[in-house]
Amino acid sequence: MITLTHIRKSFGSNHVLRDISLHVPKGSSLVVIGGSGTGKSVLLKCILGLITPDAGQIDIDGRQGTGLQNPDFLTHFGMLFQGGALFDSLPVWQNIAFRLLQGSNKLSKSDARDLAVEKLIRVGLKPQDADKFPAELSGGMQKRVGLARAIATDPSVIFFDEPTAGLDPIMSGVINALIREIVTEMGATAVTITHDMRSVHDIADNVAMIYDGLIRWHGPVGDLESAGDPFVDQFIHGRADGPITTQR
Amino acid sequence: MIAVFAPIGRTVLGALAAIGSLAIYAASVLRHMITPPFYPRALLGALYQIGWLSLPVVGLTAIFTGAALALQIYAGGARFSAEAVVPSIVAIGMVRELGPVLGGLMVAARVASSVAAEIGTMKVTEQIDALVTLSTDPMKYLVAPRVLAATLAVPLLVAVGDSIGILGGYLVGVGRLDFNGAVYLKNTVDFLQQWDVVSGLLKGAAFGFLVALCGCYFGMRSGRGAQGVGAATKQAVVAASVLILASNYLLTELFFSA
Ligand SMILES: Nc1ncnc2c1ncn2[C@@H]1O[C@H](COP(=O)(O)OP(=O)(O)O)[C@@H](O)[C@H]1O
Ligand SMILES: [Mg+2]
Repeated sequence: MITLTHIRKSFGSNHVLRDISLHVPKGSSLVVIGGSGTGKSVLLKCILGLITPDAGQIDIDGRQGTGLQNPDFLTHFGMLFQGGALFDSLPVWQNIAFRLLQGSNKLSKSDARDLAVEKLIRVGLKPQDADKFPAELSGGMQKRVGLARAIATDPSVIFFDEPTAGLDPIMSGVINALIREIVTEMGATAVTITHDMRSVHDIADNVAMIYDGLIRWHGPVGDLESAGDPFVDQFIHGRADGPITTQR
Repeated sequence: MIAVFAPIGRTVLGALAAIGSLAIYAASVLRHMITPPFYPRALLGALYQIGWLSLPVVGLTAIFTGAALALQIYAGGARFSAEAVVPSIVAIGMVRELGPVLGGLMVAARVASSVAAEIGTMKVTEQIDALVTLSTDPMKYLVAPRVLAATLAVPLLVAVGDSIGILGGYLVGVGRLDFNGAVYLKNTVDFLQQWDVVSGLLKGAAFGFLVALCGCYFGMRSGRGAQGVGAATKQAVVAASVLILASNYLLTELFFSA
């Protein structure tokens, strides 16, 4: 369960998040939509504490504080970063198994590798990709390795930042189904950022749209089409004309 | 008048603030170095990158420096018929001053830049954020091993550089200046004291620490994009070089002023 209350964040005169309040119930899947540069990635980093909000309160599982301030939170957490954020000094399998190779109860190398290969197959890559380095993979493949790393330890809270950006339609479908499966079968709490309306429908229980630093609309995915909000309408149908100004 | 002095004041204040924040960072690095978890594989990798791979550049610098030093001291010594001092002055000059300083500066060029670029790139590609979400402290996993490796490796590089520099002087002395090989070596060894060597190695350790510290500090503070990484790299090399020369003076005062 994650609750945000009146979160604000500016970078200098760039007021990215002006007043964000959101609630993500345990075991549910929230999809955050909104134009590029509206602060969706910044929002995820504020929840984690990678970026410190200027104001507002974050509660995780009833405890006040960001992800990093909650000592056990990270051990049950996984994140897919927008750019993949793979460690380019490590081969693919060590990226995926990174957490399993650290700490006091770490796995043996061969067990960790087996688990990494299993996750690699789940995201549609081949076992032979395990020994490649991230730089040898295409952008879409890197994204999927990042996804495999995010789910490697079967976390109970997962953030996905644009999981299907850069993937072909078939692979997008596979990844959407995988994310949905993780939420439904393992009961994970998921927050996904996407621009892809198909992902919204495949993944979401609830949808929130950010516009101009505020939550423009928030509700169950079934109500999205009938939201009746001109901003939401323009966004989900991808219209060039409407209240959201596009600069050309 | 104000218009002239204001920018100077600003620069001085900025430099003082930077030194203060670098000192706080150094204290935090030292704390992370001695508290677990430790990452021995990262340390070995850093020792290889920083120590072993710097050998050629340090060796080349040393041999040419030793050779030039022999020629200069010979020419200078000839003015008061003291050519015989060449072996001992070459040795003392290399071991106490030029070995550590030039070795440190070469390592600054090679290592401060590569560490800053590597860590800066990790910063701008969110790899540092990813490390944190994987419950791994970048200060322990990235910074501490590099700073420790440089602190250990640079004295060894200095020792190798000292020997190669003395060899350069020997080659010139025997090959060009008609010294007897055995006499040259005897003069080198007889006049060199243990503290000459040890003080140079201690300087090397200090310079290694500063080089890796600057690389990590500026890399971690890298701005966004390729431009941010480029600026961080440049700042790291400049800061490391200036700090080496400044601390060399301070250490020389400390070690040798009566
Ligand atoms: N670390 C940062 N420093 C300064 N500005 C930032 C930083 N991170 C993001 N921004 C700015 O915040 C805004 C929102 O960025 P982001 O959250 O990445 O957008 P998106 O919704 O596409 O994920 C952008 O204008 C971006 O330039
Ligand atoms: Mg984003």
